[in-house]
Amino acid sequence: MGLTHIIDRRLNGKNKSAVNRERFLRRYRDHIKKAVSEAVGKRSITDIERGESISIPSKDLDEPIFRSGQGGVRETVNPGNKEFTTGDQVARPPGGQGGQGSGQGEASNSGEGMDEFVFQISQDEFLDFMFEDLELPNLIKKQLKDTTSFKYLRAGYANQGNPAKINIIRSLQKAYGRRIALTGKKRETIKELELKLLTLEASPENHTEEIKALKLSIDALKKRIKKIPWIDEFDLKFNQHIKHPVPSTSAVMFCLMDVSGSMSQMHKDIAKRFYILLYLFLKRNYKKIDVVFIRHHTSAKEVDEEEFFYSRETGGTIVSSALKLMDEIIKQRYPAADWNIYAAQASDGDNWNDDSPLCSKLLREGILPQVQYYSYIEITKLEHQSLWHEYEKLNADFPENFSIQNISDESEIYPVFRELFSRKGSHHE
Amino acid sequence: MNKQDDNNYISTGSEWSFELIEKYDEAIAKIAKEYNLDTYQNQIEIISSEQMLDAYSSVGMPLGYHHWSFGKQFLNSEQNYKRGQMGLAYEIVINSDPCIAYLMEENTMMMQALVVAHAAYGHNSFFKGNYLFKAWTDASAIIDYLLFAKNYISRCEERHGIDEVEKILDSCHALMNYGVDRYKRPVPISAEEESKRQKEREHYMQQQVNELWRTIPVNSDNDDEISKARFPDEPQENLLYFIEKNAPLLEPWQREVIRIVRKIAQYFYPQRQTQVMNEGWATFWHYTIMNTLYDRKLVDEGFIMEFLTSHTAVVYQPPFDSKWFSGINPYTLGFAMFQDLRRICEYPTDEDKQWFPDIAGSDWLITLDFAMRNFKDESFILQYLSPKVIRDLKLFSIKDDDQVQHYEITGIHNENSYRYVREQLSQQYNLSMKEPNIQVWDVDLRGDRSLTLRHIPHQRVPLADSTADVLKHVHRLWGFDVHLFSVDEGDKVAEYHCPPIEPEEPSE
Repeated sequence: MGLTHIIDRRLNGKNKSAVNRERFLRRYRDHIKKAVSEAVGKRSITDIERGESISIPSKDLDEPIFRSGQGGVRETVNPGNKEFTTGDQVARPPGGQGGQGSGQGEASNSGEGMDEFVFQISQDEFLDFMFEDLELPNLIKKQLKDTTSFKYLRAGYANQGNPAKINIIRSLQKAYGRRIALTGKKRETIKELELKLLTLEASPENHTEEIKALKLSIDALKKRIKKIPWIDEFDLKFNQHIKHPVPSTSAVMFCLMDVSGSMSQMHKDIAKRFYILLYLFLKRNYKKIDVVFIRHHTSAKEVDEEEFFYSRETGGTIVSSALKLMDEIIKQRYPAADWNIYAAQASDGDNWNDDSPLCSKLLREGILPQVQYYSYIEITKLEHQSLWHEYEKLNADFPENFSIQNISDESEIYPVFRELFSRKGSHHE
Repeated sequence: MNKQDDNNYISTGSEWSFELIEKYDEAIAKIAKEYNLDTYQNQIEIISSEQMLDAYSSVGMPLGYHHWSFGKQFLNSEQNYKRGQMGLAYEIVINSDPCIAYLMEENTMMMQALVVAHAAYGHNSFFKGNYLFKAWTDASAIIDYLLFAKNYISRCEERHGIDEVEKILDSCHALMNYGVDRYKRPVPISAEEESKRQKEREHYMQQQVNELWRTIPVNSDNDDEISKARFPDEPQENLLYFIEKNAPLLEPWQREVIRIVRKIAQYFYPQRQTQVMNEGWATFWHYTIMNTLYDRKLVDEGFIMEFLTSHTAVVYQPPFDSKWFSGINPYTLGFAMFQDLRRICEYPTDEDKQWFPDIAGSDWLITLDFAMRNFKDESFILQYLSPKVIRDLKLFSIKDDDQVQHYEITGIHNENSYRYVREQLSQQYNLSMKEPNIQVWDVDLRGDRSLTLRHIPHQRVPLADSTADVLKHVHRLWGFDVHLFSVDEGDKVAEYHCPPIEPEEPSE
């Protein structure tokens, strides 16, 4: 029977099933996509960044085999008899749909509670499904899509490398050291011999032979020292560089929101979800994202996130104040040459009527030429007002990077979001 | 206190280490040898719980081809495991030579020793000794064959696309239980030969199929006769084999994929037929070996108490009316039977002498070894289920006839019905009773090339609703119309067609 082998396999990687799992997701992608898009509609604001448990009706992923159905005569043996004796008549269990499962493993297992096949997908998978088919608008323009650029950073020295990277000082130091190390003994001997030679040469007549011999051996030693290579292959030192990813793609995202009295918390929640989606979406495409929150009623102010979403204000609405502030911030901190600028504006559509043309002008002349994308969502169930109509006109002039959408309740966020960012060519009526 | 003096415990804590596992293995191997257990060489692999989940979902194949259903299995076990609804099995053991047993790193020292005894000596000796495994599987070739299968299928995926291969595999899986010759002894599989002959075979098989489907009549005189004769002349139980050899439209690679699924089904077939025996045997031996370790003072009280706790949990049989009940626990039944068999040998009662005159009082090692080698669940129960086990488990048989208003109790643990209960239980483990009896009946060679299957109901039990879906898979493989008739003693009781047709059209 031989000796038992005991093998530690724990380091062998655990993802043997990864391919099969991926095959499963691939096969049921439609189910999963549907579940994901429902989840996005339902999830609370703070926890968009996690996986999701997906459930698929079991019957959809059934693997059918020939099985026996209900009916006919069946006789089974069971354990744990208490009071039965042979010949007893036992009433059928009431409503016994799942019936007498015994001896019929599958039948009893699928009887109850197993109507849904439930499993987890990771956050990454969740987001992948969520963003599937979407593409950042104008991304191609700057060739930014996920192209991580690299910078080479020095990272010490290496013994191997290409000739262009030879570090001369280090290599020569090494060669020098080697030469010293290899010739030390010989040079010592030469010194001794030369000393002897010197003493002998004081009276050369008596020691001609010896002097000759000494000179010969000194010469021989010197020759041997010369034979030691001045530089050898293993002296070579190369500068080592490692690839270091550079966050070449940075974006700034402006969140503009009307916080005047007419905006209820419900409006803000909807807006917030939209911003979250946008943020997550950008995060998948850019390494570094700054977020700027600008809120406004009659005047605009840059605030932090907390204040942006939760402080209450009252009063009228002048949208242009926010646009002016945004334009200033762009000029000061986020020059369009270095930054990809995205903006999302949310409002219930209220604006001081005379202000709307001004907004339009600010966008047309100042902001839109600089930004990658500007989206405006109007959260209202009512008639559109002047702001919407002004923006509609703008939309015609900037179809590439400006769009407006109307949201009337929470479940519409995601479809609208998709609509805003859907792949070019696949939309537009 | 003085007890401590004469002990030579291998270990006392619950932490395991590689040296300790090695020591336990040595001690267990020594005991196993004394009990004449003949095993393949052992290969014990320590894995993490994630890896155990992986192993689970590939139905115990150490390497399998890729398929979504394994992913589904994986997600399912992962979900159950995370929710705490399912503990992972302590072990998985592969019928291969060397015999591979997986130990989970989370196990305690006691668990590791238990698994070594259970899997590496219990299951292992069963794999090597039982006649079904000997006849149906070639332990030394399975790993290579699985590797061949995996590579072949991924090459097919490259060439024909994942979807195409997945379709064929789906259909094969649907018929996997009908991919074995139940009575004929199969040719053992060998990976090397498989891949060597695979090319030749592709060619040859295609030729055969072409021969069969030649449209020019050989001889017009006996044309009538040909059309009347059925093909195949005898009904065929191995649907996958029949399809692989005769389906008109399959490409060579598709036939090879069918063959792979068929061969793997065949490899697992003995396991499905010997669940009670195999688990019973392994449980019996871990129980015996662990107790021997304790008797020899190689393990301490804490160890044996921990062992008994988990052993008791493994062999627990909930009664039929418990909410935990899900059929007869094969560990319980198998363990009880082997334990009882030993008792009959060592301490026979008058009842035993009457029921088992040949084995009562015999050498238990020889008797158990014989039982292990020469039976499968069905025959093992028929041969060895004793009145005592029936009494202990309080077995009773119950009849459910849909034409009668009540269930009827047909036998309990009493003198009059021991034999009856035993026969009924034996039938319960007869695979051909559990699975509907479906065979290839006829192929319309000269007509529309349709394939006709016949189902012979047992005790009027009809086919389940899934039948129509399975027929779709048969249809995909066969490529032409498929008909299935349930024929009970000459009467057609049900029919299924793919693609579906109006019931009056088909003629017998």
